[in-house]
Amino acid sequence: MSSPLPPPGITQSASVATPAAALEVSNLSVRFAVRGAKRWLQAVDDVSFSVARGETLGVVGESGSGKSTIARALLRLVPATTGTARFRGADLLTLAGHDLRAMREHVQIIFQDPLAALDPRMTVAAIIEEPLLEFRPALRSAARRDHVLAMLGRVGLLPAHLHRFPHEFSGGQAQRIGIARALMLEPELLVCDEPISALDVSVKSQIANLLKDLQVEFGLSVLFIAHDLAAVRFSCDRILVLYLGRVMEIASRSALFDTPGHPYTRALLQSVPLPDPVLARARRAAPLSGEIPSPMSPPAGCVFRTRCRFAEARCAEEIPPLRSVGTSLVACHRSEELADTLRREAMAAD
Amino acid sequence: MSAALLAIRGLRVSYRGSLGVLHAVDGVDVDLEPGEFLGVVGESGSGKSQLLLAILGLNAPGARIAGSIRYRGEELVGAGERALGRLRGARIAMIFQDPMTALNPYLTIGTQLTETMRHHQGASRAAARRRALELLAAVHIPEPERRFAQHPHELSGGMRQRVVIAMALSCDVDILLADEPTTALDVTVQAQILALLRELRTQTRAAIVLVTHDLGVIAEVADRVLVMYAGRVVEQARVQQLFDSARHPYTEALRRSIVPLTGPLPARLPTIGGQPPNPAALPPGCAFAPRCAYAFDTCATAPPPLTQAGPDHLRACYHTGPLGRIR
Repeated sequence: MSSPLPPPGITQSASVATPAAALEVSNLSVRFAVRGAKRWLQAVDDVSFSVARGETLGVVGESGSGKSTIARALLRLVPATTGTARFRGADLLTLAGHDLRAMREHVQIIFQDPLAALDPRMTVAAIIEEPLLEFRPALRSAARRDHVLAMLGRVGLLPAHLHRFPHEFSGGQAQRIGIARALMLEPELLVCDEPISALDVSVKSQIANLLKDLQVEFGLSVLFIAHDLAAVRFSCDRILVLYLGRVMEIASRSALFDTPGHPYTRALLQSVPLPDPVLARARRAAPLSGEIPSPMSPPAGCVFRTRCRFAEARCAEEIPPLRSVGTSLVACHRSEELADTLRREAMAAD
Repeated sequence: MSAALLAIRGLRVSYRGSLGVLHAVDGVDVDLEPGEFLGVVGESGSGKSQLLLAILGLNAPGARIAGSIRYRGEELVGAGERALGRLRGARIAMIFQDPMTALNPYLTIGTQLTETMRHHQGASRAAARRRALELLAAVHIPEPERRFAQHPHELSGGMRQRVVIAMALSCDVDILLADEPTTALDVTVQAQILALLRELRTQTRAAIVLVTHDLGVIAEVADRVLVMYAGRVVEQARVQQLFDSARHPYTEALRRSIVPLTGPLPARLPTIGGQPPNPAALPPGCAFAPRCAYAFDTCATAPPPLTQAGPDHLRACYHTGPLGRIR
């Protein structure tokens, strides 16, 4: 049984007609051997999705959902067990040697903790310049300097910052440095792993705006990994919801937030604290009981069923395939019959 | 406000560093009423955690605490380790963002839970065990008997936080201090812990002080809110007032920066310009003035005092006109 690929026309961009996928991931699985125990940890289980050119695809899930593992597998920081990732006519997951190194020019990443991702002994100038030295060796130093200065200004830093070290910056400023470095080579695909979640509230929106501006300006295709649903709503065109390594739902932003198709998506949305004391107190109980099971022993059938209030016998027996429901892709046996209930609840919560 | 359980006056927490003296908390006055749920919201460097730590004398070595913290009339500032040790865990308990801060990885959950009861209350081993199992059930830990015998690493983050809350409750505390207790948890587990805190508040009548950076969490649980910025309280109000009619530009800006999950979505998010304040280099006037859309000359002269903005509503701002101007 192969999981269907998401129809590429789901985004609401003007170019719905022929949106070439920048990245097409098929049947990606990642499992790790567990030391000591003769068991496997299935971190990512048969995940397929595509990122259209110029699109931002959000990947949301709780800890243990496998969202960061997907990013790491695509960047070849952990080995994929099976699957392919078509990008620029090659398979990202099997590239080796020179081809792999050459591909790094086109795929860049922004990390959650910007300070941990920057070399503390290098100045800002050296950090931003490094990708050019590596991939544009013919560039003269004056031209490199122009590039560095232009990028510095573009991410909202000042020339005076060039000769400082990362630890002299606040989290938001350090993330700007990380963004500048990631964009120096004008990559085609940008992977953002929780890019704003470690930042102060007042700085989050600055960086979210900046990333959105740069995405348009550079025509980036972005894989945006986050647990913060509000950030995802602002930043992403389409969203993939992961649970225990499996795709629960892939939907456009409006479909996901207005008419969630999977009971897990609905529960996630309901769990976010409401910034309104009256509404927040109207709902007393937590929407989901229990916690995400261990990926070492995922439930048989639907992995979400142990926490799902709609689960029935079939859910323990058959893995629900990801299939089209409305404009979304949903992996739930009962999606059609639940659609009205979930929609009514979503509207009542507004 | 003579009935206050905890009365804090002119509290200052200072550290001496290479750049001179730094005031992490700079003149805070606050009362905590019995059974009240007080929220403290602020960003890094706001002093919110230092305020909480000062109540139990838990600030880092080198901290200078000045001012007054009275618990049921008893002065805690300068009270000494013995007096504070008597209160810690027995009358006033604290839970942290990372539950492992409070858990010993080498001891079973049961040992750690019964330890405080036997120490503070002289309970027998059997009685302490009975009570510990009750507490684990009270914080909704499934299979309490099994968890009792396990070590912290065998529990998830959410479970560990429940254990720490159970420990805090083991001695019928008056005050529960919670420093970002849900920040490290997943959103579905956060919702469970917030529901648990609300439930415990009604059952135990303990007052809770919850420190967070998340206004959404405040809206879920707090009765009254302090908004802190650069070591000072900039606004203090009943929770509904704070959300309906914030009177400090910083509070208003924080509120506007929340992305709604439903309804219209702005093309760009409203932002607060600049960076969070550096406590080692604060301006002479209002610390928020360099980032404030409403700042004018007076703001650079001296920090604005907290003044009445309505019933039960204080704010520290020179701007007297309406808020709501979009930058």
